[in-house]
Order: sequence, then C-alpha cells, then structure tokens
Amino acid sequence: MDARALAALAANPGCRRRALMDAAGVDKAAVARVLGNPAPFGQSQFAFVRGHAFEARVKAEGCAELLRLLGAPESTEAVLPDLSAPGPEGRVARTRLALKEATAAGRWTLLDHPLLVLEVADSPVYLEPDAIAVRPDGSWTVVEVKSFPILDGSADAVKVGAAARQAAVYVLALERLGFGTPEHRVLLVCPKDFSNLPAAEFVDVRKQLSVTRRQLTRLTRIEEIAAALPEGTTFDLRLADDGRTATRPAAELSDAVDQLPAAYAPECLASCELSFHCREQARGCGAVEVLGRGVRGELGALTEVEQVLAAALGTEGDPDDPAVAALRRAHALRAEALGCR
Amino acid sequence: MSLISVLARAEAMATGRATPLATARHRHLSDRPLVFVPLTTAGEVGAPLGALVGTDRDEPRLLAVPQPRDRDLRFAFLAELAQVVLPYLESYADDTETEPATRNREKSEVCADAPQIVVANTSAVEYVRLLGRSTRFRRTAEDDPDEPHPVPARVPLLGRWLTHYGERARTPGSALLLSATELLTRHWATGQSNLEDQHLGALLAWVEPPEGMTGIEAARRAESHRGPDGLLVFPPAGPATDPVFDNTVLAPAAARYDAGITGAGEEIARLLAGQMRPTWDAVWRSMDLLRELPEGAHVADRWKRDRWSYTSHRDRVRAGEPPQPRRDDAVSAAQKLAGRETAQVRLEAQEALDDPLVMAGRRLAGEAFAGRVDRVEMAMSEGKVPKPRPLVTVLTQDRPHLDEDAKLYRALPDGRTQQARFVEWAGSGAVLLRVVNGMGRGKVPDPGTVPEEGDEVCWTLFEHAPRGGAGLPEPEDTPWTHGGPPGAAAATVTADTPTAPVAVTESPDLATTEDYL
Repeated sequence: MDARALAALAANPGCRRRALMDAAGVDKAAVARVLGNPAPFGQSQFAFVRGHAFEARVKAEGCAELLRLLGAPESTEAVLPDLSAPGPEGRVARTRLALKEATAAGRWTLLDHPLLVLEVADSPVYLEPDAIAVRPDGSWTVVEVKSFPILDGSADAVKVGAAARQAAVYVLALERLGFGTPEHRVLLVCPKDFSNLPAAEFVDVRKQLSVTRRQLTRLTRIEEIAAALPEGTTFDLRLADDGRTATRPAAELSDAVDQLPAAYAPECLASCELSFHCREQARGCGAVEVLGRGVRGELGALTEVEQVLAAALGTEGDPDDPAVAALRRAHALRAEALGCR
Repeated sequence: MSLISVLARAEAMATGRATPLATARHRHLSDRPLVFVPLTTAGEVGAPLGALVGTDRDEPRLLAVPQPRDRDLRFAFLAELAQVVLPYLESYADDTETEPATRNREKSEVCADAPQIVVANTSAVEYVRLLGRSTRFRRTAEDDPDEPHPVPARVPLLGRWLTHYGERARTPGSALLLSATELLTRHWATGQSNLEDQHLGALLAWVEPPEGMTGIEAARRAESHRGPDGLLVFPPAGPATDPVFDNTVLAPAAARYDAGITGAGEEIARLLAGQMRPTWDAVWRSMDLLRELPEGAHVADRWKRDRWSYTSHRDRVRAGEPPQPRRDDAVSAAQKLAGRETAQVRLEAQEALDDPLVMAGRRLAGEAFAGRVDRVEMAMSEGKVPKPRPLVTVLTQDRPHLDEDAKLYRALPDGRTQQARFVEWAGSGAVLLRVVNGMGRGKVPDPGTVPEEGDEVCWTLFEHAPRGGAGLPEPEDTPWTHGGPPGAAAATVTADTPTAPVAVTESPDLATTEDYL
C-alpha cells in the first residue's frame, strides 16, 4: 500500500475488500485481470518520462531550484544525506536518524526520497515522499513534486486535492515519529505554465490531515476483517512458471474476493483497480449507489432500484414514508409531462 | 441530483435504455457546426498530438503531430488548425443584421448567425481554452523579429478566438462551444452515474444501444472492450489517449519516426486517425439525436446572446485590441460572474417554460404549480383610479411553497409574463390568487388576459425573465479597494498606438529547452 492507496482508502473507509487486499499487498490489478474486469487505467510512458525529467530538474545541482522555491536565501547549500539501506526497515531507520540529526544541525537539509512508516489498521505501510526539507529552525516541510502545470497561478483543483490528500498522509507519518515539528503546509512543486520551469505553492493540508486521521481510525481493523473470512481464503493467482499467467480459475478467485464485502461508489472507478468488478456486482443486486453517492440522500430507506420503481408505481412501499410519497408524485408528474409530448 | 432525475435514472437502469429528461431541445444547433476532436500528449501541457476537424462529417481534416516534443511540428499543427478554423469563424463575420435602438442601446449591428464549435466532452472544452491560452500570447516573426520561436502568422489570432469560445462556454445555456456529453446528459438520463456519463461512447450506448443489447452491456463494451491487438475498440473520446495505445503502438511508431524511417510520419497519422474517428462519428451521431427533438421556444433568444458575444469579439479583433489578459482584473471578473449567475437563473426559467418535463421537476420541488381554474371573481383595486384585480381560484394537486403575499408568474399566450399575488389557501389544494398586471390599461381587462373557469394554467414562483442585480459601476468609478481603476497602464498603450495591429501588452510565455526533452 502506498500513500495514494491510503488516501483513496481514507476516502472510502467502509470498503473492507479494499482495506484487506491493500493491507495484504495483493496485486489488485492482476486479480482484476483474472476476474475478466481489468482496471480501466494505466500510465502512459510519455507522462512517466516527462514526470521524471521534471523531478530531475527540480532536484538538479544539489536541489538548488527546490531550495529557492522553499524560500531559502540565495546560494544556500543544503545537506543531502544518503538514505540508502537494504530493505524498507533499514531505510526507515536511516530516514529517522537523518531527521534527528538534521533537526539539531540548525541548517538546511533535504531528504531525497526518504522512507516513512505508518501503522494502518495494525499493519505497517511504507511511504515515500518526494522530499522532506528540514529548515535551520528545525521544522520539516513535505515536498510533493507533480507534473500537472500551475497555469497563470492556478492548477486543476481535482489534482491539487489529490496531491494534498497524499501529502497529508506523509505529514501524519511524520507526526507519528514522536519528535520534531512537521509543518501543516506542504510545498507543491509543478511545472510553470507550458514550460518545464518549476513553480511552487504552499498548500495548507490541515483539513486533509484531520480527515485522514479520522478516517484511518475508522478503518476496520484488518484482523477483524481477516477473522471473518473462512479458513484458507487466499487471493493467490497460482501463477504459472512464466510468472505472469494465472492458472487459478476465475470463478474460484471471484468466490474468494466476494467473501469480502465491498462498499462500491462510482468514485471508486477513478482510484481502485477492482472497481469494475465491484460495479458489476452492485449492478447485479440493483443497488442505487451505482447511480451516484448522493442518490441515497433522496431515497431514504430505499436501497434497491426495484424498490424505488415499485414505490414510484405505487405497488409497494408505505405511502406515509415521505420518500415513497415524493417518488409517487415524481412518477405521476413525469408521466403527465411525457404524455403530453 | 433532483428526485425526478433519480427516478429517470432508475427507470433507465431497469429498462436498459436511457430515458428522456427533456421533451424539447434546449440548445441551439447550427446547420453547419465545426466539429473538433483533439488528442493531447500524455504528460505534456498543451502539446497536441492530433485532431480531426471540419464541417463535413464524411471528410474530417486530419491533423497529426508525429513528434509532439518538437516545437516546429507543434507550430505547424497550430498553423494548419488556424487554416481550417479561422476561415470558418470568419465566414460569419460579414453577414449582419441591424438591431433597432432601444432605451439602453443605440442602433447596432449584430451578426445574423454565428459559428458553432462542437467537441466530444467537457475535457475537450477545457482543452480548447488551453489551446487558446497557449497560443494567444505567442508572437509571429512580424510582431517581433527578435522572437526566438516565432509562430506562423494567424496562430495568435486562433488563440484569441479559441479563448473567446472557451470563455463563452462557461456561460450557462450558451451554445458557441458545445460538448456532446453535455448535450446528451441534458436531454437523457442513463442508468449509470454522472461520472460514467463523461465517457461519450458509453453515454451514447445508453441513449441508443445497438440491436439486441441493453444499455449496460453496450456501455460496458464501449468502456473497456479490447480487440485482439489489445487496443480499445472504442478509444477514449480524448483529449487524453488510452495509455495502452501510447505504450504499445504510439511509442514504437514515434521511435521509428525519430530514427528517420520513411513512412513513419504517415503511419502515426493513420494510427491517430484510427483513435479519433470513432469519437468524430459519435459527436455527429449525438447531434443527429438532438435534432430529433423540437427546438425549445427560448433557444433562439439565448442563441441571439451568443450572436452578440460573437459579434463583440469580432469587433474587438477588428479594433486591434490586445489578446485577453491571463487573469481578469477585478471589475471584469465581477461582471463575468454576475453575467453567468443571471444566465443560470434565466436558463432554468426558460427551460421550464419551454418543456413540461422540466416544469414537472420545478413543480415537484414546490417552485411552480399547475391546475384548473375553479372560480374567477372580478375585483378592483382601491385608490383614485381603480384597476381590475381579479381573484382567481386554482385547484392543484401540486404543493407549492407559498409564502404570504408570494409573487406568482405565468406566461400569456402572446409571450408576455403576467404577475399575480398569492392571497390564501382556499381549502385543500385550492390556491386563491390576485392577478395584478398584464390586463391592459382599461377598466375592463383586455380579452384573453384573465384566466377563465375551466382553463388549465401553470403559475411559477420564479421570475421568467430574471434580470441581474444592480449594475456594477463603470471601471473608472470603481474604487481601488475593488480593483479599479483597472488596467490603466494597458489602456494607455492601446490608446497611444491605435495603429498597431495587435498591441501585445502581456509578455509571451517562457520556454525551456526541455520542451524538446
């Protein structure tokens, strides 16, 4: 699980399917392929190349450009500690040590791709921010490098929101270190206008931080979800010798996946590899959520399309229920208007 | 989502086919629209990859950029796009009508019709804006001989027009720049969510599923069905491409092009055409479906405002004014916002008046009521010159939210609006109201202006021709606290140099060598 997955999970904390499979490190994209509902997204190599070139530019020459954007005085040089170590635990330990030293050092330090750890539902999740800056006063700033542009001072709100949620996860991981002071605003570095020149804005993530904090506590403990599964449930694809072809029958895998209750909403389509599979199931049981998350608010206790239509036609439902009464009126008005066409 | 549209979606889900949300067409459709289907390069901002453009559905003009990181090829694309789009936009400039003078306006000239651009989806509308933004500050060799990367002539002008169209598209109900997804979702409800409706292929599949398929199946196929080559049978409507296409087809072809292999450029053009053609056809098909609906009565009124918008931009270009600024000053921003708010309210009112299905939604929401006139009692106002103020009782099944002395409106057969005041509930489902105007000047109301017993009437609680709030002060009277007097420096430049063809007051964008990567 990475920060993006965690942010997506925090956006839908009720989804046990996603929570468990992410925590168990299941390759959801591969599972989705075997189920015959492959994920609707991927990354273009053009975007990948461009994103890397941009980050390289931001971090070129001892991160000179990044320091300028952070507001460091001109010709400041920063310490760039080596954080490499074998295994994630080693890298986390190095990062922790480097942060401790840098906080006491009283000068600019930049941690390039540090590794942080966050306990989520009792399982460790490793997180890799693009950079963390330590200022001479000892405060920490999370730096997030993105490849969408800041055009005339403004950027795509959806993308900025996603970046802020992701960065909030890093800030949360820093807070849990138990020492030091992570700033509650992060530096978002993006290309300026149509060029590859970096531009940056500080983004206040206090709101995202409190949302993430609250959602993570709501996450059902993974153990609880696992305990509810029948003995021997596995998402193993039984890969053939080539390491790619799954030999496990789709029906068997599907049964395993369906042991985990999902909380599907159309928003999942943008962030979860299994969303097509969950959507098909939700459609299969006629759940009104497939029409949009907000729909439930209008419909009160009616959760299935069949019930909605029966209520509208007057064949079912309690006429004293305000949702049922409103549906009947809506149906009558709609029929009247369509009739006079 | 309102309850009535939730119900429409639920019906669509049950029947496997989109259900109507309108019984009239609420947007103007030109007889000769220009359809524009652009594709963009993943990860690059405003680096076009290709486009299909044109007014002939059988023969789109194909534009392709074999290597989007090459600035010269990008400029060549824009020059070609300008060659197609500008003559189309300009072909409407000289056919004008004269508008008679009114109290607030002198006699003026307005173009008899206006060019209309139709794209696939809202991202394409944004892309039109982005192309406009990326080109309007560019300089040609003629503007500035020292410009290191001059663009071909007319490209900055294309940028100004695209900017204007992109900006106008933000006005509710406008039709200079339309997207097929917005057109379809306004008129039909599918059995899927708003988010999924953004996929033109899936949306169209719901409205018009192929023989023997339900909307769900057809939409599912449109979203993700891949052929034996691994490519989507219905590629995304753009401007973003399918990553699988990028990685497995386009990247190798681009490598062949970079290696200088002959025919590689043509191959890329062919590949791009294959990705865009289904979208091109889908946009035209969407317009066919829309044309089957009769045009709403107020659509011409809104189109006239679009014609005004087109005419005024034509005038600004002719007067040699500089391109639209990167950011609006405070006064223009406030004006635009106020204009859009008014347009939104006007659009909602007009759509309801033009379409009983839309009015049904307003009635369900308690903002209008329809019913039969039960009783009419003649009454006169008090005062020196008593005027007719008939009392009308309407029996209705609707439940309007009527406050004391609420204003009510109804459309008269001649198109005028009549006002009334709510008096009281005269029993269950009986609204007693007093008609207050629209009856002529005499002591006796003009014939046909007062409802009669047995008439079917529909009164609304909302105004039919809402006006904006109080006007904003003139820019020169705007205090500095509100951003005025704005753009003083820019204004002097244009005033001093009226002969300059285009007074560029904003500097061009910076470029880096990484534009080549």
